[in-house]
Amino acid sequence: MKVKVDDRGYYGNFGGAYIPEMLYPNVEELRQNYEAILAEPEFQKQFNRLLKDYVGRPTPLYLANRLSEKYGAKIYLKREDLCHTGAHKVNNTVGQILLAQRLGKKKIIAETGAGQHGVATATVCALMGVECIVYMGEVDMARQKPNVERMRILGTEVRPAKSGSRTLKDATNEAMRHWINNPTDTHYIIGSVVGPHPYPEMVARFQSVISKEMKSQLQSEIGRENPDYVIACVGGGSNAAGAFYHYYDQEEVQLVAVEAAGKGNNTGQSAATTTLGRPGVLHGSKTILMQTDDGQVVEPYSISAGLDYPGIGPVHAHLFETGRARFLSATDDEAMEAGIALSKLEGIIPAIESAHAFAALDQLEFKTEDVVVINLSGRGDKDLDTYIQWGKY
Amino acid sequence: MNRIDQLFQNKRERILNVYFTAGYPQLNDTVSIIENLEKSGADMIEIGIPFSDPVADGPTIQESNGVALANGMTLKVLFDQLKDIRRKVDLPIVMMGYINPIIQFGVERFCQECESIGIDGLILPDLPMQEYLETYKPLFEKHGLYNIFLITPQTSEVRIRDIDANSNGFIYMVSSTSTTGAKADISEDQSAYFERVKQMNLKNPTLIGFGISNAKTFDKACQNANGAIIGSAFIKAINTSQNLSGRIGQFVTSIISETRSS
Repeated sequence: MKVKVDDRGYYGNFGGAYIPEMLYPNVEELRQNYEAILAEPEFQKQFNRLLKDYVGRPTPLYLANRLSEKYGAKIYLKREDLCHTGAHKVNNTVGQILLAQRLGKKKIIAETGAGQHGVATATVCALMGVECIVYMGEVDMARQKPNVERMRILGTEVRPAKSGSRTLKDATNEAMRHWINNPTDTHYIIGSVVGPHPYPEMVARFQSVISKEMKSQLQSEIGRENPDYVIACVGGGSNAAGAFYHYYDQEEVQLVAVEAAGKGNNTGQSAATTTLGRPGVLHGSKTILMQTDDGQVVEPYSISAGLDYPGIGPVHAHLFETGRARFLSATDDEAMEAGIALSKLEGIIPAIESAHAFAALDQLEFKTEDVVVINLSGRGDKDLDTYIQWGKY
Repeated sequence: MNRIDQLFQNKRERILNVYFTAGYPQLNDTVSIIENLEKSGADMIEIGIPFSDPVADGPTIQESNGVALANGMTLKVLFDQLKDIRRKVDLPIVMMGYINPIIQFGVERFCQECESIGIDGLILPDLPMQEYLETYKPLFEKHGLYNIFLITPQTSEVRIRDIDANSNGFIYMVSSTSTTGAKADISEDQSAYFERVKQMNLKNPTLIGFGISNAKTFDKACQNANGAIIGSAFIKAINTSQNLSGRIGQFVTSIISETRSS
């Protein structure tokens, strides 16, 4: 099976560009130019240099010995938590800020849920001296106060999204409305593999450095590029897309995507989109979406603010529909326990988003010679309050 | 003949199209709003299908969408309310909505319902032209539904020509690069854009929408197009169900009485 986006922005049945005419020129400008810009040697040079010297890439591929012993397989961690700003999000914002400069855009907008993408955007805007506005749901601003202040320290204006449920999906709506109102001088840095074509593919390409490094690191570590499993958590799905990207067409590699089941998939408080959703259109693409019978978008729930998005990137909807990736889900409790376990076994406190990927280890059966890579997408510093409130450590 | 064509055949200027959100201010106001709009002198009606995430809309219409959904509005309820509407009014009616609720209802079933009720056209802002041409067009045509496209000041001439070629009924000229909602006035830039489109001699009539809120902006729009569409200002005027008929009459009169001020 080939996983590839077509000319119209579709991965199989999912994707496209379902946008109002007001956004058409902006999105079209991006679509017509992004591939050529990404292919420029000068762009690549600048991008790779920033990833190396500023982000701190390549991130290590670390053989987690005690974790491996516990699960009876050879488990490696791809240490995206060691990226500057504490998560993989910055890989994409570095790429998009360079792109925005080449498109002649003077201002940046972004949406954020937990604040990680907002911080990563604020960071690169500070780096480049570009004006930046980040939309964040009013509810999330209260829940993620430190990240709000981090953005402000970096010189970004954080605007509360006060419409709808006042969380990530509404912050995305507000950012899109801002873009409609400011179409010529502004670039919108979307933080996940969602949105209208070409965003899902473009963001995935910026994040694909994760699996590119995994391949060469595994080659020198175990003498082959392909592991048996790659496991990643999925909200919108940017870290998973980055970790899966160079393995899409390597069928011997099992791709495992882990969604947030919140308080359980039968409780009405979950964010496990592929379990609870069905095909629909939101934020510019056709994907799998949590919604009512009447097609109204449902507000998801997860203890992890980075996973409570009602959709998933169209590429993941495609991986799900075709069975190329296996989709699992982990509850709040399972994720928290997995996060604490990783802290005690390996001395690494993961972001609660990433902890969901580790919770999936309990649901899989390995052979001792299996090589497993878990994408450790972010570190847990931002989640200390949640760990403390959960308490059982 | 489609009622939209009929309207433009009989009346070439100062056409007033009024938008309201179905289910707002109260669930069962739909029929009364439509009847009163026709009685007051509106020429066309745009019924908004509420959606949880209306990205092209400003605060006023967002809020009316939220209220309508909280009131229990769904497509099924709306079609029930509209069942006998053609025994009551003759003016053209278009439905405006985001594509997801329609997909969930079933596109074909939606078109059948629209046809049986006597809906004349659809405005689906997040349905791209390419998807429309490839998938939706045959269905819409089979059920006599015109698909109305939007153009904006950013739309290129080539694309406007393309849209004109693929449009029926009229073209919805978005007045400025913005979401819906009232603005103070119409600027020089906008006038230049209106002029530019006028010079193109499109085959379809045009109606100007977004930012049209009173007699002055309506007159200005009518100097540059066949008429205008008013949404947010109307939603504000009917923020309660009390004396709906009086409020609607007053609002429409305040718009269409020529001011001759500009």
